[in-house]
Parts: sequence; C-alpha cells; structure tokens
Amino acid sequence: MNTTRRTNLWRQNRTAYLFLLPWLLGFFGLTLGPMLGSLYLSFTNYNLLTPPEFLGVGNYVQMFTDDPTFYGSLKVTFAYVLFSVPLRLIFALLVAMALNKGIKALGIYRTVYYIPSLLGGSVAIAIVWRKIFDGDGLLNHFLGFFGIDGPAWIANPNYIMHTIVTLAVWQFGSAMVIFLAGLKQVPADLYEASQVDGAGKVRQFFQITLPLLSPVLFFNLVMSIINSFQVFTPGYVIGDGRGGPLDSTLFYTLNLYMQGFSFFNMGYAAALAWIMVIIIGVFTGVIFLTSKYWVFYGDGKDERG
Amino acid sequence: MTHSTALGRTSRHVIIIALGLIMMYPVLWLLFSSFKPNTMIFTDTSLWPKQWTLQNYVNGWKGLQGISFGRFFANSLQVSGFSMLGNVVTCSLAAFAFARLEFRFKKVMFGLMLVTIMIPYHVTLVPQYIMYNKLEWINTYLPLVVPKWLAHDSFFILLMVQFIRGIPKELDESAVIDGCGQGQIYWRIMLPQLVPALITTAIFTFMWTWDDFFSQMIYLNKVSLFTVQLGIRSLFDPSGESDWGALLAMSVLSLVPIMTIFLSFQRYFLDGIATTGLK
Repeated sequence: MNTTRRTNLWRQNRTAYLFLLPWLLGFFGLTLGPMLGSLYLSFTNYNLLTPPEFLGVGNYVQMFTDDPTFYGSLKVTFAYVLFSVPLRLIFALLVAMALNKGIKALGIYRTVYYIPSLLGGSVAIAIVWRKIFDGDGLLNHFLGFFGIDGPAWIANPNYIMHTIVTLAVWQFGSAMVIFLAGLKQVPADLYEASQVDGAGKVRQFFQITLPLLSPVLFFNLVMSIINSFQVFTPGYVIGDGRGGPLDSTLFYTLNLYMQGFSFFNMGYAAALAWIMVIIIGVFTGVIFLTSKYWVFYGDGKDERG
Repeated sequence: MTHSTALGRTSRHVIIIALGLIMMYPVLWLLFSSFKPNTMIFTDTSLWPKQWTLQNYVNGWKGLQGISFGRFFANSLQVSGFSMLGNVVTCSLAAFAFARLEFRFKKVMFGLMLVTIMIPYHVTLVPQYIMYNKLEWINTYLPLVVPKWLAHDSFFILLMVQFIRGIPKELDESAVIDGCGQGQIYWRIMLPQLVPALITTAIFTFMWTWDDFFSQMIYLNKVSLFTVQLGIRSLFDPSGESDWGALLAMSVLSLVPIMTIFLSFQRYFLDGIATTGLK
C-alpha cells in the first residue's frame, strides 16, 4: 500500500516535472542564475575581456557619490513616471466613462482609441513623433495658425520630456479598455439608488465609481509604473540615442545600456540594474501596502469610502 | 429634459469623435506622407497628398548596404514566428502542470513564477549577454528565440493557468477513467479548450517580439541579420539628413503586420486585454 502510493507520487511528480521542464530550465538558466550572476558582477569591475575584478561595494559608492549621470538619469526617469503614469490613467478613465454611457458604435471608438497603444511602442511611431514635435514640425505649424510661436520641442532640453510624455499619454487605450471592462461591472442600481438619495454626479463618482473601480485602478497603476520605469525606445529614438540634448533624455535604461554596451562597464551596469530593481520594488511595495486603504474588493458592501 | 439630454449626447459624440481624430492623426499623417514626393513631405501641410507617388516605397525597399527591406521583413517574421510558437508550446505545458497536476514544491514554484512577472528585464540582462557571448550566440537569433522556448514570459503562464481553472475538471477526470495519461489529457482535452488563450498568447508574443527594439539592438549587429525595427532605426539619422520619404514608407510597412493581426483578431484582443490586463 505504502510503496504503491509512493510510486504513484513519484510518477505524478515525474509527469508534472516533465511538463514544467522548459519553465524550470528557463527559471534557473535565464532568471535565477543570471540574477545571482548580476548580483556578483555588481561588486566587480568587468569589461568582458579580462576576468572580473572584485571591488566590493565600489560600484555602488561611485554611483551615489561620483556619478552625475546616475542622478541625471534618475531625475529624467522619475519625471517621466510621475507625469506620464497619472496623466495616462486619468485620460483613460475619463474616456472610458464617456464611452460607457450606452454610446452607439462603441466598438469603433474603442478600436480607434486603442490603436495608439498598439503601435506606440514601435520605432516607426517614435520617429513620427519626433517629426511632429520638431521645431518646424506639424505641431508648431498648427500652433502658428493661432499666432503661437511654439518652442523647439526636440532640441530644447526643457521641452523634450513634454514630447515623450505626450507620446506615453497618447497610448492610454490599453488602460482605457481595462477601465471600460471594470465600469461594466458596476451595478446600475447603485447609481439609481444614490440618485434617489439626491447624490450629484461628482458624489456618485467619488462614492460609487471610484471605489468599485479601485481594484482595476490598482492593477493599472502597478503595471504602468513597472513598465514606465523600464521605458527605452521612445527616449532613445526621440532623443539622439545618447541621452541628449544635455542629458535630458538619458533614461535610466539608456544609462544602463550605455554603461554596459557602449563603455563595457558590465559590473557597473549590473549595479545600476540592482538599484532599479530596488526602486521598482519600493514603489510597488508602497502601493501594495497602502492599497488596503484605498482598494475595495467585494460586492460594494464594504463601504468605508 | 429630453432636449437637454439629446444635446448632451450630441456634444459628447462630437467630443469623442474630435478626440478620436486627434488620436488617429499621427498615424494618418505617417500613412499619407509616405505617398508624398520627398520634397513635399514637410512643405505640404495638408494631410491629403497633392501629388501621389510610390517612389518612397521603391527607395526604402532598397534597404541598407545592398540588403533589401524584404530581408529585414523575413528576419523579423522568422524571429517573431519562432518566438510565438515557443511561447504557445512551453507556456501551455507549464500552465497545465500548475493548474491541474500535483507535485512537490508546487506552491513555491508557483509563487516564484508570479514573482518573475514583476522582475525588470534589466537585472538579468548583463549576465545573459555574457552567457550568450560565451555560447557565441551574439549575431544569431537564438538569444531572442530560445527564452520563448523556455516559457520565460511568465505572464502567459499565468494567463493560461487562469483560463484552465475555468475549464471543468470533469473533462479530465472522465478522460482518466477512459485510461488517458496526462500527456493525452493535455493534448486531446486541454489544448482544444485553451484555443482562445493560445491565440491571445500568440498574437501578443508576435507583436511584442516584432516591436522589441532593445533586445534586437543588443544581440544583432550585422546588417544581414537586421530586423525591421533595426532597419528603420538605421535609415533614421537624428543628427543629419534622413531620406524621410523612404523612412516613412518603411515605417508604414513595419506597422502593417501588427495592424493586420489586430484587425483580424480584434475580439480576442480587446477582450483579452480587458480580462487579463495585457497591454
């Protein structure tokens, strides 16, 4: 009895591990192994050609005390995340609410608004964007009709981030589709009941829509932040590919790429990557911890908000 | 009362349509400008070309260093196609194990799988590059494709696990009674039921791989191996003069596969995003 059970278990395990084999190889070979490797490398000086030279915390000390590009790239990336994420989500929510009111041809609008999200990550759109926002580009032509003399959006380090953030906000479609699905779940009788109680549109939004939508908002927020910290292509293409003008497009990932693959400071690049993991971890951690105060699960009975 | 709501409805439509036009403008500008003669792309401010030409497509198709864009397209198709296949096969295998089979360390492994979804790509980038370099995989497509055959995009495993949980267990139980092994259950029962999730995985993998400029740039330096994204980036010279006509024409072509897939699988697409949160 006991032995047959054991062989059964063994057989079950064997079958399951066969199914899992590719994933296990990938997990150890492409995730866990490289993570440990990059942790080790982050304490070394390594240029691919000579063996890694152990530095201890040297890379980290240098990063925080003697590397203006590190702070520069942090600033650029934070600015991008802080502006693009809320703007994109607000836009997505507003448009989702406008589309949710029993509008005809909803499918067409949903498609049109989604297309930028579909295409926006490509090099092609980044190039188009750069051309539209160029000093003599379409946007300034358009502003010219109103007698406004637009700035050189791309060439000016003060304005190029506006261009890149606009591109990110333009891609609100994917978040909108998720919001739209969330809005469909809100029971209509809640609105009717609150209308009877004399609640206005604003109160309805804050007391019904927003709390019931908070799990979806939470999801969109976490995913947007994680993705935005890792942005690369738009900055790389709209900027000059080296972080210019004046390091205004030196995104964190671009800095990491240049350290690793242009200057072959592989150890330093690994250290930069670990700081990035920590930053993303802190941000998502804070959102998770605060979520119990503002994310409401369940069927609306839990009405603290 | 009815008058004001009708007015409200109309104005809302007007706003939604206007916003839709603004949203589409850059894409339409790209499309129409690619048919304008090179000298008119930036002087002719109207969207609709005053003069139509296909010359930009002819010039752009010539590509770089004697290698045509046809080659870049074939390269991209190859990378995206094999990646797509890899993700569909290996993620569905792993998802079946996580959703239906019992084994030691299942909980731990499932937790690890979830964590890997959140880990930024960059933290494994440097050692992976070193590893591929030692294996002499740089300037091959292996660094782009092999991870997909190792179920490296855990997001899709999770997607399929969720999907399998919705499939009634009675189906596999009756198959066990009929004497099916787990392999047959996976192949004969699970896969046919999983088709919508497999299609979602396939189209997203295809699109993300098609657009994944960063990895392609790191692992491919030979022009003959270039993908469409690398080809376009090379036609574009941010500091000097680019052949804008050719650049825009090839940009249009680069978006065609993605648009085609999107328009043919729209239903899977938008509903897939809505329910799973894939971007």
